[in-house]
Amino acid sequence: MVHTRVEVAEQTGVGDVLVRGLVRAQLGLAVRMALLVAGTMAAVALLTGALPGFGAVTVAGIRVNWLILGVAVYPAMYAAGRIFVALAEQNERHFIGVIEQGDEQ
Amino acid sequence: MNPVTVSSAAGLLAAAVATVAVGAYGLRVSRTTSDFLVASRSVPPHLNAAAISGEYLSAASFLGVAGLIAKYGADALWYPVGFTAGYLGLLLFVAAPLRRSGAYTVPDFAEFRLDSRPVRRAAMIVVIAICLLYLVPQYQGAGLALKTLLGLPVWIGPLAVGAIVVINVVGGGMRSITFVQAFQYWLKLTAIAVPTLVLLALAASDRGELGGPLPPVVGQQTTVAVETDVEVEIVDPSGVRVEGTVDGIAVPPGSPLSAGRHTLGTGSTVTLAPGARTPVVAGAPTSGDGWLGGAGLGGDHRLYQVFSIMVATFLGAMGLPHVLVRFYTNPDGRAARRTALAVIALLSVFYLFPTTLGVFARRHVPELLITGDADAAVLLLPSSAIGGTAGAALTGLVAAGAIAAFLATSSGLLVSLAGAAATDLLRGRVRDFRWAAAAGGLIPIPLALAASSFELSRGVGLVFAMAASTLCPLLVLGIWWRGLTAAGALAGLGVGALSSTSATLLAVSGVVGPATFGGWPAAVAGQPAAVTVPLAFATMVIVSRLTRSAVPADVSRIFARMHLPEGLGMGVERVPRG
Repeated sequence: MVHTRVEVAEQTGVGDVLVRGLVRAQLGLAVRMALLVAGTMAAVALLTGALPGFGAVTVAGIRVNWLILGVAVYPAMYAAGRIFVALAEQNERHFIGVIEQGDEQ
Repeated sequence: MNPVTVSSAAGLLAAAVATVAVGAYGLRVSRTTSDFLVASRSVPPHLNAAAISGEYLSAASFLGVAGLIAKYGADALWYPVGFTAGYLGLLLFVAAPLRRSGAYTVPDFAEFRLDSRPVRRAAMIVVIAICLLYLVPQYQGAGLALKTLLGLPVWIGPLAVGAIVVINVVGGGMRSITFVQAFQYWLKLTAIAVPTLVLLALAASDRGELGGPLPPVVGQQTTVAVETDVEVEIVDPSGVRVEGTVDGIAVPPGSPLSAGRHTLGTGSTVTLAPGARTPVVAGAPTSGDGWLGGAGLGGDHRLYQVFSIMVATFLGAMGLPHVLVRFYTNPDGRAARRTALAVIALLSVFYLFPTTLGVFARRHVPELLITGDADAAVLLLPSSAIGGTAGAALTGLVAAGAIAAFLATSSGLLVSLAGAAATDLLRGRVRDFRWAAAAGGLIPIPLALAASSFELSRGVGLVFAMAASTLCPLLVLGIWWRGLTAAGALAGLGVGALSSTSATLLAVSGVVGPATFGGWPAAVAGQPAAVTVPLAFATMVIVSRLTRSAVPADVSRIFARMHLPEGLGMGVERVPRG
């Protein structure tokens, strides 16, 4: 009989493998999300720098660079955070599921 | 007495009294050291998120953001975006594992992770340095606000805010501060949203021109007093008259100025005829197009500046001790994540308003661009753009919001400063916490008076750069990389602190001129994060690799505790000694 929960708590070989898997999953998720957000923002900065014409486009009388940086970027950041929270908690539920399965066997 | 002054005084007084009153309410429930440091870890996410936002939205956000946008335009938008994005970084990389570590301050986390007293001590020194430096622009902002609104000498603001904050923190610690700060978020939001909405309604009724280029033109005869030497750029000299000293030469009243750059001496007076184009402080965009399209933040190397601001603000929030300490007050890691997410929402709503006010400031109070004191824009807008009783009432509201901003951030900084000092330098009793708070609240007052007229958001930006180059690598590598060693952490903290501090000193003293080596030294000193943050990360990684054998033996257990969800029996709360 294998007590996975106890192994995780006491850090035996099997437990450590599980923890490493969880840490890797969470880090991969965080890094991907950070790259997506930072990459998009860097692209906006480069666009306004490289193409002066980009800053001159207007929507409803307001320049598009102001609309992006002054308004649109905020709901986008919130959405990114929300998706991250959902996926991170999913990773944790999956981890708990694996442990409970191990305990039942 | 002028109704604007009366109303401002009333607003300031009301906000200060309310702060002390709400703090006194919390005082009744503060008893133990745990109450003082982490509010006994029982703060639910929505309350904690409001408290974090209330604490985080400092003078730099309430006054500085609008000022920078009025002055520099599109590129200044990166400051509020970065101030918000910092919480996304915190959510992704720090929030839940930091809370699950069970630590109660950043130095405590350092000791938990690396089992090293020297690292704990180094982290404590960095925490205290960041808090002290961050208090300086808050006190400066208070001085500016009281001077602008009431005409008081500039030293009264720092003294008044310092006194109120020390009394509040010494009295109640973290428990009472949580209520105070949640209250102050809503006060600040109201204080900035109402004037913005009124101005928007006015602009909509009298043909809005906000989308077009806004060359700074005064609507009526305007007189501006120059209080410190300033270099201005003049595009169209018609209607601009000056008295005092220009480029070191005394000039009689009514002297014209030629187009180009001029230095106006202390004590000079600039008079602008209606419709005249205002001179603009050198380095800021002079045309409406440059302002709209993004023309840098003064100095050369615009793209470098923007990227450096992104690095400093995205990573800096992770290293702000007064923000981190609030995450320890969450009941668990899940709540910590939800708190960070809620903070992003609250900040997003808030920053829409100072951004809009910055645009209005360029239209209604362009004369601020002459002296560069654009930080006063939010305070002056209601009376000059709306006027009458409504303008006076709104000025009172803005004044209340401004004082709330200084008080909330200063209180938060002082709690973490006192928390770190009391548990690591002293014996961690409630008495020690109080002594540390009193000392920490008073030290920045002379610094604030001595610091030159530095834009608030820029001063805060430098503190962010320091936080991003010290505590951020310690936390991020500590949480995600098993290979971190005590020697690596110490070396990285040292390199990050030294490099960012020397950049700050260079920038404040103005030793490096804009012309030296193509402007790069000045650009790096003004926005150091893009250089110092990678430097600190690299140092920590390289030195840790070199001292590989010193990786703590129980690193697996530590990682399990930081990363496993609650309910598996791994969580252990750390408590201060004493």
